[in-house]
Amino acid sequence: MEVKPPVPQIPPPVWSEFKDLQEWEKYHQTRADNDKTSQALTSIADAIHHMPGGWIVTTSTEKIFNWARKSSIWPVTFGLACCAIEMMATFASRFDVERFGMVPWASPRHSDLMIVSGTVTIKMAPMLKRIYDQMPDPKWVVSMGSCANSGGPFRHGYHVVKGVDRVVPVDVYVPGCPPTPDSLMYGLLKLQEQVAHFQHTGERPAPAETA
Amino acid sequence: MTALTAAAAASQIQERLGLAASVTGGEVGVIVPRERWEEIARFAKDTLGCRYFNWLTAVDYKEQGLEVLARLDHLDAAVAVTLRTRLEAGTARCPTLTGLFRGANWMERECYDMFGVTFEGHPDLRRILLDQDWEGHPLRKDYAVDTPHAPYR
Repeated sequence: MEVKPPVPQIPPPVWSEFKDLQEWEKYHQTRADNDKTSQALTSIADAIHHMPGGWIVTTSTEKIFNWARKSSIWPVTFGLACCAIEMMATFASRFDVERFGMVPWASPRHSDLMIVSGTVTIKMAPMLKRIYDQMPDPKWVVSMGSCANSGGPFRHGYHVVKGVDRVVPVDVYVPGCPPTPDSLMYGLLKLQEQVAHFQHTGERPAPAETA
Repeated sequence: MTALTAAAAASQIQERLGLAASVTGGEVGVIVPRERWEEIARFAKDTLGCRYFNWLTAVDYKEQGLEVLARLDHLDAAVAVTLRTRLEAGTARCPTLTGLFRGANWMERECYDMFGVTFEGHPDLRRILLDQDWEGHPLRKDYAVDTPHAPYR
């Protein structure tokens, strides 16, 4: 019977051997005081008032609600055409929209946002309207790509809705054929800005000037 | 049994059916009178052995009427028979092939949907792609593409 030699034991890691971890620790200990504020708090810092000498913080309910809405927009996965491929790439790990609090969700009843990604045919339009109606308020729509914006190359076809804004109200139009994930992410960030300004009355902000 | 060739298929069609058949590579093209549409498809299926119903579509020649085309393939011998028949202008009626090929059912429904060809004897001739209340047949040349269609366009 063959006797195997014992497996050589690997020594346990020594903390001082990890250079990058040390640098990471050092960086976090030498950060400036104003740098320690988290990014989320700075975004609503203009609405937060510290009471002097206490732990109480006041803010306006609309601002904090809109901040919460903005930071947790769940798009319903509604892929229609080739734009859906780019939308899936945006949802996936490389262009990670989950860092914006967006979770692609397969149920309209739990979603806040519908990304109309692709050609809307006349036969599909009632289903799109139905899914939009199933979403709870407040809800937003991003029209993604030329087809959803205006009909695109199929505008003069017999079967295509000439823009999804003839079916549902649209908040952000993302141009492109198809838009790159970067374009869609820019549109989603624009939508976050809109949502942050969304007021309790339900009125939407005026269209922004082009940057 | 020797393998079927396109030339042999064309000569069989000429001898036994009395129809001119043109050969292009592995393809046999036959122009069929409308009354013999099903008979010749049956001949191609049973006698020649073209058992695979590949596609069926139509062409709009405006005032000269519609033309219906069907392609039947012999997959083993790599021979295809393309049948084409001209319908009279204004009638657009054609016999069905659903008795021969189950696959012809949906193809003829699509042809009816897009071109308005009425296949006589079809068991379930409804629109297959467009809405049931759609007006007109979009691939006809006289279809007005930009017609407003309530409520979405």
